[in-house]
Amino acid sequence: MNSIHDMGGMHGMGPLVIEHDEAVFHERWQGRVFAMRMACAFHRKWNADMGRYARERMPPAEFLAASYYERALYALERVLVENGLVGEDELAGGQATSTAKGAPTLKPEQVATIVRTRRRARLDDDVAPLFKVGDAVCACNIHPEGHTRLPRYARGRRGIIDRDHGVFAFADSNAMTRDKKPQHLYSVRFAATELWGSAVSPHDSAYLDLWDDHLEPA
Amino acid sequence: MNDHDHDHDHDHDHEHEHDHDHAHDRPLSGPALRVKALESLLVEKGLIDPKTLDEIVDTYENKVGPRNGARIVARAWVDPAYRQRLLADATTAIAEFGYIERWAEDMVAVENTPGVRNMVVCTLCSCYPWPVLGLPPAWYKSDAYRARAIVDPRGVLKAFGEDIPEDVEVRVWDSTAEMRYLVLPERPAGTEGWTEEQLAQIVTRDAMVGVGTVKRPGGGT
Repeated sequence: MNSIHDMGGMHGMGPLVIEHDEAVFHERWQGRVFAMRMACAFHRKWNADMGRYARERMPPAEFLAASYYERALYALERVLVENGLVGEDELAGGQATSTAKGAPTLKPEQVATIVRTRRRARLDDDVAPLFKVGDAVCACNIHPEGHTRLPRYARGRRGIIDRDHGVFAFADSNAMTRDKKPQHLYSVRFAATELWGSAVSPHDSAYLDLWDDHLEPA
Repeated sequence: MNDHDHDHDHDHDHEHEHDHDHAHDRPLSGPALRVKALESLLVEKGLIDPKTLDEIVDTYENKVGPRNGARIVARAWVDPAYRQRLLADATTAIAEFGYIERWAEDMVAVENTPGVRNMVVCTLCSCYPWPVLGLPPAWYKSDAYRARAIVDPRGVLKAFGEDIPEDVEVRVWDSTAEMRYLVLPERPAGTEGWTEEQLAQIVTRDAMVGVGTVKRPGGGT
């Protein structure tokens, strides 16, 4: 979706604030949000792409005013409600009015394992690649209302397949319909001048990870 | 982080009364209050165990962090065969350290050379290689970095004190998928003969994200 989360290349976001020796969590509640997100994900009622899409749906004015963990809290509340673990009334009232059936709870002794095994986006499906390393490609000019990992700044731009990462779940469809739509994921090299014009260094480039469905032959 | 392939037990245990707030006497407000309410609700519903939250926070505050990545970089500097494995298939090479299962997170290592500087950003959210670098610093998650790094990497590098010569190639890696990137920085001059452990001590998080270089303490680059 063309919303504020897709901010590559935007201006006016303020100065870069670099802290030294900063804490992992600046406030206690931030750690609780982070941990709740991980513990709730363990119920497997949504996938990571659905979680990303929930965050992107935060209204832009709120999104910009919110910190990273406030955005995460918004997304967590949304996926909890949308996937039936928490009722909207429970969220508003703070009191449980129903039990969440059949949901096993992540235990402290399972955390060490989760940290080492938490994600699996690569798929074993045998799918032929549509492109090979060195191919000239063009990123599609698409503007889906749903989730996409093709940022606006690259749409319609020409690049070269730099490497083929293999077969992965397609985040765009996995976020919307849980359809993993297995396909090849590539690192695509775009010259900085192709993306940003002649004012940037002709030596520089950007590498994006894009799927078959994001690309056309150039 | 939501795709787990585990069997888990169905043992619900909510006996521990959870109250960490004795240590915090100031009244909660804003997000802190909302988070406390959500945690209470989720505990009441049996969806989370507060002791598990403690364990997750402790893990990311104290056990997982950039020291993991530093050991990988140091190994690559002293062991040419490991460096080759890391650059060819970082996922498998990193799994040798045991921080992460080989199938759990896909990694790519990109190498800095005198003529090439790599830096990593996630313009769409804040993707970052947690198992090897821990949770990202605030600047990495900031709108300022996410917006600017892709269009003005040289300006961002300057903000980190790095002046990049015009003829050096800057490559920005936008983590738009589930692939995670680790920059293999250049080994600083004057560290010949150092042990892997000594080298791991000087490798910084910023160098592994690509916004810094590794410096030899007391001079040199």
